[in-house]
Amino acid sequence: MTTITHRIIELTVNNHPGVMSHVTGLFSRRGFNLEGILCSPIGDGARSRMYLLVKREERIDQITKQLEKLYDVENVSLRDDYDHTLFDRLHDLVKGI
Amino acid sequence: MKMNGAEITISFLESRGIECIAGIPGGANLPLYDALHKSSIRHILARHEQGAGFIAQGMARSTGKPAVCFATSGPGATNLITAIADAKLDSIPVIGITGQVPTSLIGTDAFQEVDTYGMTLPITKHNFLVRSAEELITVLPEAFRIAASGRPGPVIVDIPKNVQCEHIEFAGWQKEKTKPAAEHKINDLPEADIKHIAEMINKSKKPVLYVGGGIIHSDAESVLIDLARRSSIPVATTLMGLGCFPADDPLYIGMLGMHGARYTNYILSEADLLLAFGVRFDDRATGKVEEFCPNASIIHIDIDRSEIDKIKKSNIALESDIADAMTAMLPHIKNNAREAWIARVEQLRDEYGFKMPFSADPLNPLNLVKHIAELSPKNSIITTDVGQHQMWVAQIYPFSLPRTLLTSGGLGTMGFGLPAAIGAALANPDKRVVCVSGDGSFLMNIQELATLADLGLNVTVIIMNNGHLGLVRQQQELFYKENYIASRFQSNPDFAAISRNFGIRSYDLGDESEPLAALGSALCVEGPCVVNAPIHFAENVLPMVPPGKANHEMIGG
Repeated sequence: MTTITHRIIELTVNNHPGVMSHVTGLFSRRGFNLEGILCSPIGDGARSRMYLLVKREERIDQITKQLEKLYDVENVSLRDDYDHTLFDRLHDLVKGI
Repeated sequence: MKMNGAEITISFLESRGIECIAGIPGGANLPLYDALHKSSIRHILARHEQGAGFIAQGMARSTGKPAVCFATSGPGATNLITAIADAKLDSIPVIGITGQVPTSLIGTDAFQEVDTYGMTLPITKHNFLVRSAEELITVLPEAFRIAASGRPGPVIVDIPKNVQCEHIEFAGWQKEKTKPAAEHKINDLPEADIKHIAEMINKSKKPVLYVGGGIIHSDAESVLIDLARRSSIPVATTLMGLGCFPADDPLYIGMLGMHGARYTNYILSEADLLLAFGVRFDDRATGKVEEFCPNASIIHIDIDRSEIDKIKKSNIALESDIADAMTAMLPHIKNNAREAWIARVEQLRDEYGFKMPFSADPLNPLNLVKHIAELSPKNSIITTDVGQHQMWVAQIYPFSLPRTLLTSGGLGTMGFGLPAAIGAALANPDKRVVCVSGDGSFLMNIQELATLADLGLNVTVIIMNNGHLGLVRQQQELFYKENYIASRFQSNPDFAAISRNFGIRSYDLGDESEPLAALGSALCVEGPCVVNAPIHFAENVLPMVPPGKANHEMIGG
């Protein structure tokens, strides 16, 4: 996985049960493909940071606009400067099983 | 003061001026009903939760204000879902408050437990599962704010029974301050874009306004009229936009799209500038989207940013309330008579205008719609179900005021008409509400005749009865080699007799020697009335753009 084929969307979201469903549900019902997710609480745990790995050919503009509409999503940004090896290591983990 | 979650909820609804709630009680929302017992809010007991949801929609669609419906957990919530999904697709501010099994039982497959939160996630603007009475204090105002702000939409608030019963110390809700008259935030709009848009309009030779539900949601009809008249721009509306521009105005060119008149779609395909205001390029409006308005630059203005460039790339776009945007651009719009373009529009209207039937038979469906319009007061509210009758109404009923047509546009839900009419009549006791339905649709929520009989509202139901799922039959005739299957009902009830047995006055126009006199009486006499109007099953809705084809490839008409 490289920056040539993939992009990372960084989200700041409220941390409560249901947020993950809202984000992943949006991808499935709008027909967007999601290649990977990383999520972890930040600060005092009231919010989480989420990283979504999507293919470059996806309709990024529509995806980000739809994500911005979600009530629990505070911030959406496209990160082309991030190290994709994070997801690669996950990929290795999965392959190892 | 100690209050429980249910009392906090009901007193919140009172503080927001809610006067009427439609719903059905059950085990998991009984505490809410117990709190309602002590309240001034009127409860409308529907006969099915879907009916309750559409009654709330009828209130919300006819007033523009949020409306509330109640359902219990499990089947109550699942029954409500169609009405909520319908509100999502047409951007209607409805708040559904559902009971849920106690928190301790969630996830145990308890009696009448379903995952309401999970099920309503994709069909609401937002949804909440409330975990404590304390949370209600933030969730309830948020639910109302979300439902009514920006692009409106439905919100579900799922409240477990123990949360309804939990007592907390609460000082009470502040009465919501009455909002000052709508302030247009025109100064916040990018001036350069506004000027650029105005310049494009001024310079264009053949502009067309393509307007929809956004105009109605933002109460933009008067500024739309100013803009269209100042610059002599023909106006085509979507199904959701009907009523936002007067049907008798010379600039009005009708509804576009799948069942639009030929001239409407032809004018659009000749346009050099498309002003897409408060619309979302729905496939029923655009036809094959690559060939929609092939010669036009597109200016798209919508309050929902995600609609911009979703279906069709615009040349310039603005994320804005449409009333604000038009108010801002109006001073920059030059007076322009556009003689050549208007002459061309008139020529197309003459050649390809909507064709009424030659026959004067009052039971011809188009004639019937015409007579309903003639016999009803101008400010009457029309609701429809879904199917051929809906399209006939959309084609020729002369809507001239916003919020006078309530119809299920996006989801296309059969069974919408009767409960929506009940809701509209509750919110507009001074108006006549007419539900135009079909025999297929009407049977999908016929139980609400009992609710109508309870309330004695001024609702007239007119059932265009062809013994078929007419629009299905039409598609089988036109596109499936006349292989008719499952589109004809083997038996059909006597709707006039059924209505009488619900305690509602009725007519059967097939039995009347003077059908128009009976229709007039049905539309004018106080109280509810049901009219069965037998129509010929082979009548089709024309013209029609075959599914997947471009709008200029209409057949018929």
